[in-house]
Amino acid sequence: MGEVIVVTSGKGGVGKTTTTANLGTGLAQLGYKVALVDADIGLRNLDVVLGLENRIVYDITDVTGGHCRLRQALIKDKRYEGLFLLPAAQTKDKTAVSPDQMKVLCGDLSQEFDYVIIDCPAGIEQGFRNAIAGADKAIVVTTPEVSAVRDADRIIGLLEAAELREPKLIINRVRQKMVAAGDMMNIDDIIDILAIDLLGVVPEDEMVIITTNRGEAVIQDDRSRSGMAFRNIVRRITGEQVPLLNLEEGGLFSKIRRFIGLK
Amino acid sequence: MLDFITRIFNRDSGASKNIAKERLRLVLVHDRASVSPQLLQTLKEDLIKVISNYMVIDEDALEVNLENSENQVALIANIPIKSMKRHADVI
Repeated sequence: MGEVIVVTSGKGGVGKTTTTANLGTGLAQLGYKVALVDADIGLRNLDVVLGLENRIVYDITDVTGGHCRLRQALIKDKRYEGLFLLPAAQTKDKTAVSPDQMKVLCGDLSQEFDYVIIDCPAGIEQGFRNAIAGADKAIVVTTPEVSAVRDADRIIGLLEAAELREPKLIINRVRQKMVAAGDMMNIDDIIDILAIDLLGVVPEDEMVIITTNRGEAVIQDDRSRSGMAFRNIVRRITGEQVPLLNLEEGGLFSKIRRFIGLK
Repeated sequence: MLDFITRIFNRDSGASKNIAKERLRLVLVHDRASVSPQLLQTLKEDLIKVISNYMVIDEDALEVNLENSENQVALIANIPIKSMKRHADVI
């Protein structure tokens, strides 16, 4: 039986889809069989992020509606043997799938895959309800901004009310220079407010945009700092203990400030 | 002198992340209370239980609310008393 993990955030644009793509790719790199499910019906995106947009024949609503078998709708990744995508429908709306159908779907997928990762839509309406219905665990993605942290807090409350206990947090798009200057909330600030376990911290990185432009995941890039951060998160998901990435970029000012004890 | 150095390196002495954190702290008190009304309800029941050891109160008229002031949220309880007990009930 595989593990079903939902990636959620409340707020849009914090990096749920990018995170889902990277975690899936990273787990597949380690040799696991992974199914990525795009639960954002009507706003399909995981396919373009993974570079698989030209291969879609069937989508999630065809499976839940009984128009095709699950295997027919799963798209095999170009690079990694064990990575598959179940795309969202683009022309239907969120009511096309029900939470009960999602439970059945996730149950079926977890029979065949080691990890099933669900990319949740933004918001707290039915799309969210569908996405979490079949999940065993939840990952909450936020950025160090008041709006994203507030929405993350709301989502954590809703996850716990739905019996998805102990969600784990990923803090995305951290700008270390701003943190060092005291102009961005740091990891401790956010953990202090949200009071949940930290799964990882991903620095803001132009390479995410560059790799996504090509339909690749930044975790495939060995040198990028965000790729390194995602690789660490993947190892933590598999149960390994990995220390946090040191985000200090060692700018002259932050060095001096630490030297004279002002930070 | 130290103050001068701090100002150079920190531009604004009130780092904006502290403002962000403080605002979030306040807004989340309200968010969490309004998202979970049963939390305030259980608090109300617990209050009644404790206070009833000392006085007879009008349970139906009891009001418990969160109120905002400048930079803090306060729990305001209005508890009409019907009568005082002579001795506290032993708990």
